[in-house]
Amino acid sequence: MPTERKKPEFWKMMKNFWQTTNWESNLKVPLAAIGFGLLVGGVFVLTIGKNPIDVYLAIWKAMFGSPRAFLDVIGQATPLVFTGLAVAFAFRTGMFNIGAEGQFTMGMLVAGIAGIKLHWLPGPVLMVVCLAAGTLAGGLWAAIPGWLKAKRGVHEVINSIMMNYIALYVTNTLVLSAWLRDPGYQATYEVPRKALIRNFMGTTANWGITLAVVAVIVVYFLLWRTKLGYEIRATGHNPHAAQYAGINVPKRLLGAFVVSGLLAGLGGAVQTLGVKRRVFQLFGFTGVGLDGIAVSLIGRNHPVGVALAALLYGTLYRASASIQLSTGVPKQVVGIIQACIIFFIAADEIVRYLLKRAARKGESA
Amino acid sequence: MNLNYVTITTLLFFAVRSAAVLLLAALGGIFSEQTGVVNIALEGMITFGSFAAVAVTILTNQPWLGVLAAILAGMLMAALHGILSIRFKANQVISGTAINILAVALSSFLMKSIFDQGGHLLLDKAPKVADWSIPFIRDLPWIGPILGTHSPGVYLAFVLTGVTHFVLFHTPLGLRMRAVGEHPHAADTVGINVYRIRYLGVLLSGALAGFAGSVLSIGIGTAFLENMAAGRGFIALAAVIFGKWTPLGTMAACLLFGVSEAIQVTSNLLGIGQYIPSSLMATFPYIITMLALAGFVGRTVGPAASGQPYEVDKR
Repeated sequence: MPTERKKPEFWKMMKNFWQTTNWESNLKVPLAAIGFGLLVGGVFVLTIGKNPIDVYLAIWKAMFGSPRAFLDVIGQATPLVFTGLAVAFAFRTGMFNIGAEGQFTMGMLVAGIAGIKLHWLPGPVLMVVCLAAGTLAGGLWAAIPGWLKAKRGVHEVINSIMMNYIALYVTNTLVLSAWLRDPGYQATYEVPRKALIRNFMGTTANWGITLAVVAVIVVYFLLWRTKLGYEIRATGHNPHAAQYAGINVPKRLLGAFVVSGLLAGLGGAVQTLGVKRRVFQLFGFTGVGLDGIAVSLIGRNHPVGVALAALLYGTLYRASASIQLSTGVPKQVVGIIQACIIFFIAADEIVRYLLKRAARKGESA
Repeated sequence: MNLNYVTITTLLFFAVRSAAVLLLAALGGIFSEQTGVVNIALEGMITFGSFAAVAVTILTNQPWLGVLAAILAGMLMAALHGILSIRFKANQVISGTAINILAVALSSFLMKSIFDQGGHLLLDKAPKVADWSIPFIRDLPWIGPILGTHSPGVYLAFVLTGVTHFVLFHTPLGLRMRAVGEHPHAADTVGINVYRIRYLGVLLSGALAGFAGSVLSIGIGTAFLENMAAGRGFIALAAVIFGKWTPLGTMAACLLFGVSEAIQVTSNLLGIGQYIPSSLMATFPYIITMLALAGFVGRTVGPAASGQPYEVDKR
């Protein structure tokens, strides 16, 4: 039985994971960065004459205020796990997938279209078809800048950003077209109920979370337990050395970028089926893909780290909705905190420097 | 299609205007990239500049003070980018991404706390920067309606293109900048202060991008909108690459992107609007940008050390 042989394999994997993780830099630096980010955000709150403690309490309550609050945080975090994984996967090949936003958007759109147009399919089949369609749409959206990078050497960042804008406008064009639009809504028709992913207690949390967990495990396995993953990571470390070792670098770059897009697309499909139920007109970027960058960075481009960072971001999302009402502080303070966390992660030398200084002060006192 | 004297001149008027905004930011991109710092933060600098311009104009009633504030606001963001990527050797693309997030959040935060407004901030009774109208040129047929009357920033963009070209390729400072971007160690060996030149390049890019923001919000328009930059910072960066990191090439690229934006803006006037929905037309500038980068440029080679932090002891 394959399941019996899986068990020791799994424990070996866990042990391997525990031993190969550099806890010092992978846990201490991100946590310190989060701390410093919250502090700087607090300074901004002080400058407008409000109490930062109230803001911190609001953030705490957003996560642990009630079981429903916690479920909602899970629901907010679910799409971020997908986009965070997408960005992290591309980072491992040394590419920056700032296009997760567009790939996520296309996943939402195409999953919705599939649900509406193939409504005659039986429920479970329709659900799988929707998820697959959204996933493929994300992959396709990534394949274009990935191909341009691998074959023509055009930097992936600018093309991905252009693809984000194109996804946004394509979505709005189709959503508001006679082909899809539900009269009376700024949105498409609803996806048939039979294809929807069930949610928990009417919150945004839904069974999509299981897919997110599976994605975390698959990405970990793919990156660290397969030849393909090894080649991908080698390419990220040093493309010239990888090329010399016989790895087809352009092929790996394109492949990794497409996988990245597939993950983001799946995230979009789960969002449509699990939370939104229809595709709405967009008045700007959803932000889920862009925040996937931060989630990936805070999670140190590691699947488990990504999952934890997504929970943090889910909390901040929820908090931004309640902060303004409960404390009178503009909700954009959350954006400032988020940006500061990324600054501190990006320039981890600052964090190490500050930590060292704090430690030295502690010794001399 | 509806092409005649009026529609063509209107189209080209919008093209020149849109190109100028891109050009200002792109010139900033050139200074930054030539000295070796990738500046994906142009977008955030435009955003924060356009907010500062409106905010200060409302508070002082002086639009030129608003322009000054926009330049300083852009430089503030640039200073942050510089400290992170030059002093602390952060990944420049990530640092830039964080600045883009910060710029939108900070603008909205300040807008809410100072003016109690959300989403957008109108100039209201405060004046915008008055247009310049060039005597004689404005009366010429064809050229008059296209180039005769514009916001001052539009003219300055083209003047500054010449200035940038001169500084980069005909002054010792420009030579130093290019040396630092191409081979910082060699530059260091002959006594050039690599860090100082890089800070200068980044700060100049902030000033120019901030100025571009003010042209958007108080030169052409009369309000600040949260998504005002709408990817212009990134398109400007694409123009820099398309123009092979030279001011004149970049200007040509900006004019091309300007025309594509103008076709979108004037699609109804041109009679295209009834065939293609405006939201689909909106993708046009972005598609043109991608095609330009992929088809016409291929593998372009930028300054060799662009994107790499400079470390003295690393050879």
